Amino acid sequence: MSTAHADRSGPHDVLLSVSGLQKHFPITTGLLRRQVGAVQAVDGLTFDVVRGKTMGLVGESGCGKTTTGRLLTRLLEPTGGRIEFDGHDITHMSQGRLRPLRKDMQMIFQDPFSSLNPRHTVGTIVGAPFRIQHVKTPHGIKRAVQDLLKLAGLNPEHYNRYPHEFSGGQRQRIGIARTLALNPKMIIADEPVSALDVSVQAQVVNLLEDLQAELGLTYVVIAHDLSVVRHISDDVAVMYLGKIVEMADRDSLYTHPRHPYTVSLLSAVPVPDPRRRDSAQRERVLLTGEVPSPIDPPSGCRFRTRCWKAQDICATEEPPLISKPGDIDSHLIACHFPVADDEKVAGRKAPASVV
Amino acid sequence: MIRRLIGAVLTLFAVSVITFLIFFGLPRLAGDSPVSLAARYTGKTADEATAVAMAHRLGFFDPIYVQYGRWAKAIFVGADYNAGAGIEHCSAPCFGYSFITHEAVWPDMISRLPVTLSLAVGAAILWLVAGIATGVLSALKRGSAFDRAAMGVALAGVSLPIFFTGLLALSIFSYKLGWTAPGSTYTPITQNPALWAYDLILPWVTLAFLYAAAYARLTRAGMLESMGEDYTRTARAKGLPEKTVVTKHGLRAALTPIMTIFGLDVGLLLGGAFLTETTFSLQGIGKFAVDAIPAHDLPKVMGVTMLATFFIIAANLIVDLMYSVIDPRVRLS
Amino acid sequence: MTSVIRPTADGRSPRAFLEVRELCIHFPTEDGLVKSVDGLSYSLERGKTLGIVGESGSGKSVTSLAVLGLYNRNNAQMSGEIWVDGEEIVSASPETVRKLRGRKMAIIFQDPLSSMHPFYTVGDQIIEAYRVHNKVTKAVARKHAIDMLGRVAIPQPAKRVDDYPHQFSGGMRQRAMIAMAMSCDPELLIADEPTTALDVTVQAQILDLMRDLQREFNSALIIITHDLGVVAELADDVLVMYAGKAIEYGPAVEIFERPEHPYTWGLLASMPRLDRELSDRLIPIKGTPPSLINVPSGCAFHPRCSYAGLTNGASLNVVPELARGASHLVRCHLSVETRQQIWQREIKQELEGTA
Repeated sequence: MSTAHADRSGPHDVLLSVSGLQKHFPITTGLLRRQVGAVQAVDGLTFDVVRGKTMGLVGESGCGKTTTGRLLTRLLEPTGGRIEFDGHDITHMSQGRLRPLRKDMQMIFQDPFSSLNPRHTVGTIVGAPFRIQHVKTPHGIKRAVQDLLKLAGLNPEHYNRYPHEFSGGQRQRIGIARTLALNPKMIIADEPVSALDVSVQAQVVNLLEDLQAELGLTYVVIAHDLSVVRHISDDVAVMYLGKIVEMADRDSLYTHPRHPYTVSLLSAVPVPDPRRRDSAQRERVLLTGEVPSPIDPPSGCRFRTRCWKAQDICATEEPPLISKPGDIDSHLIACHFPVADDEKVAGRKAPASVV
Repeated sequence: MIRRLIGAVLTLFAVSVITFLIFFGLPRLAGDSPVSLAARYTGKTADEATAVAMAHRLGFFDPIYVQYGRWAKAIFVGADYNAGAGIEHCSAPCFGYSFITHEAVWPDMISRLPVTLSLAVGAAILWLVAGIATGVLSALKRGSAFDRAAMGVALAGVSLPIFFTGLLALSIFSYKLGWTAPGSTYTPITQNPALWAYDLILPWVTLAFLYAAAYARLTRAGMLESMGEDYTRTARAKGLPEKTVVTKHGLRAALTPIMTIFGLDVGLLLGGAFLTETTFSLQGIGKFAVDAIPAHDLPKVMGVTMLATFFIIAANLIVDLMYSVIDPRVRLS
Repeated sequence: MTSVIRPTADGRSPRAFLEVRELCIHFPTEDGLVKSVDGLSYSLERGKTLGIVGESGSGKSVTSLAVLGLYNRNNAQMSGEIWVDGEEIVSASPETVRKLRGRKMAIIFQDPLSSMHPFYTVGDQIIEAYRVHNKVTKAVARKHAIDMLGRVAIPQPAKRVDDYPHQFSGGMRQRAMIAMAMSCDPELLIADEPTTALDVTVQAQILDLMRDLQREFNSALIIITHDLGVVAELADDVLVMYAGKAIEYGPAVEIFERPEHPYTWGLLASMPRLDRELSDRLIPIKGTPPSLINVPSGCAFHPRCSYAGLTNGASLNVVPELARGASHLVRCHLSVETRQQIWQREIKQELEGTA
């Protein structure tokens, strides 16, 4: 059992609470820019993130997880629902009132090559938060920056170097140092390691875990790499087309996946073991069909067009995200026919014929 | 699309109002009275009475919006003018009569159009071919002597003003060597195509030199970019001959911004290649404007401004349409 | 500026369908000589799959482009031999190689959106690929293009053949690229990171497709990737590259179950895996992949190797040869016995997961 995470401060010490979060991007047409539809990027997310823990948001492209990350840090404004951070309702807060709260809520971006301004030195980049938020440091900004660089595993003497003089992994560390400048409570990491080489990914993952233990940070990690998410998360939510289809603590989700999408997702990950190649292929669930458009998502359960278990009710009734009898209370599934432990699901799966 | 057309019409309207105000309204604001304004057009030996008569004739006593309304209306339905000896009808589109020669503006202006058209189209074809060819070769032979020389010449072409190169060319090729026409002669193409080309060859080359330089640089930059793209690598990986890779894959992609700029340049040029026409004494739209402005011949100025605006707006619209044809990722809704 | 150095390989006729001998590809640049490939040798038969594994800066992509003849005397310093079906590529004229390219050997790239021309339809691009090597009418080529799109399981191929690349989803686009590459029935297919840009469920479909096509066409397949899971899924043999050289080369089963090079140990240990118990921390390889301009002296891996000290200074000065280890080829100064000991005592447990 993993021990790399901070102690719990209490079973209900929730730092971030999201309910019914919604973001629809309007589509307009015509002379007067009438709205004719909307891209339902995020449609009704509800989850809590406990202080000191890591929530993993997993999904494929188009599921809305990146939009969710932007909503949580209020880089976008929700079109519905509620976000509560550290007791404040930040759903529709003005940017002015948000600014002091941004000290506590920081973001790490995916691409270490474009998220650092190439014209600024490392010192300027990591020191910027102090200047922007007018935070006083006991021994000056430069000293504070050098401490942060050391914390992130970088050489503090590289204070005056430019981003292009660093490797991808080091640049990601610079980004991490920057987020730590103001002692945040929560860090949203959008694909923090996917652009890095494999041998370097492990370094950054370890760094993130060490920082969490040392500083009591809370993470929301958005990623598509299921193995990395399994390693780093305490709780995991699986997203599909703007909705959470399954949410549970890490162990329950990976050992007892219930939603057909989660099952197919897990079975699709290639296993680095050539001997198991044939059996892995036999056990794999290969979904057919394409992800539907978020402009016109399927009625009822959005996954039904690719689901081999779909039946009539799936088209008419959207399944609620609840726990099923036999599972622990915290394992939530949005499905009318969840997959049982001993169910045989392997093979190419065409969607069931459904209205 | 409709939105764009409405926008175009509104722009034309706005331009006409602003120009009218500048030329007809500002002098009044500066203190000219209708009579003193009219005095400009009566010649030096005029007296007060003649000036007053002229002011009446040119409608200077009316408020500015009435003058504008009259002018605008004439464009659509024509107007009748009291020419002293009788009523003269000026049919639509009527841009009024010259304050100085008292001849109808529209027919005079239109008669100049073939000159500008010949100049613009001829030079355009020249500069397009020369510029693109030079740019492609420079890009393919990047860093070579050819590349450096070509870009150096291009820099000169972009930097030297047309009246410099034009006068220089005239003095060398027309006067010293006698190879080309001395300017100020123009033969319509319908009359004698060979002579038409002979008369225009020097202005064509001089004007084209200016633009070819810019296009060579643009093409070179665009080619360098497109030849480095992944799809060029794929084209080679398929086993395509290098010539096909350069033209069908590289050039095609690099041409998009060039084509759109080409449309805009030609549009602007049609509105009057002022400097070129003046340098070579060609009686085109540009020369028409250059003569009319210092003479304060306001109807002519209004006419030429509206024509130029029309060409520029039309060019912009065509360029927008072209973009969606050339690049399938951009389709006008 | 560039020249052909006399091949050090001896020019005897090859035994395998594809044979690469002592391949060196160097690029003179303003910053120095980039030694992308520095003495690479391998072979591959039809119907078999070779997985080339490496991180950024290992030279793996350059080798594949060289096999296609895209690097030659004119743009690089090359030496060595590449034999494809009995024809030598490095010393052949560019025109000869061009006629083979696309017909005998084909390649699919990582990003199908940037690798296909945005202004031409997918059909046009496939037709172009087909007609450059086959004298047929446009109508025949078009029919063939529709055929190929159907073969790669793109629905409604007769309609989609007139669509532009940006109108396809990521997975469909990669299928279209595969269709384009296979349109001339190549005997050798190289896939350069074919699924890195794709979602995991789509990746599973594409890998499945490539397996099927390989069986159908009996082609030799080289798959280049940094993802060890993908390699394990597809490859019969594995070649691990580091700093332009092969450092381990052998059957996939052996590489995964009995790896012998410290770099390979490091790669396998630093990956979180779904099929193993969760570990407390990942075990990264310290440092970063080297620049190909300043390759470390002696063994290129020595700055990052935990066992460099056991070589009595050899790893600093002497480049190790690719020699037979316990079961396959390894490039390492440590003796076979030393490596076996380290493997038994430390590495094996690490890889099989700590409790």
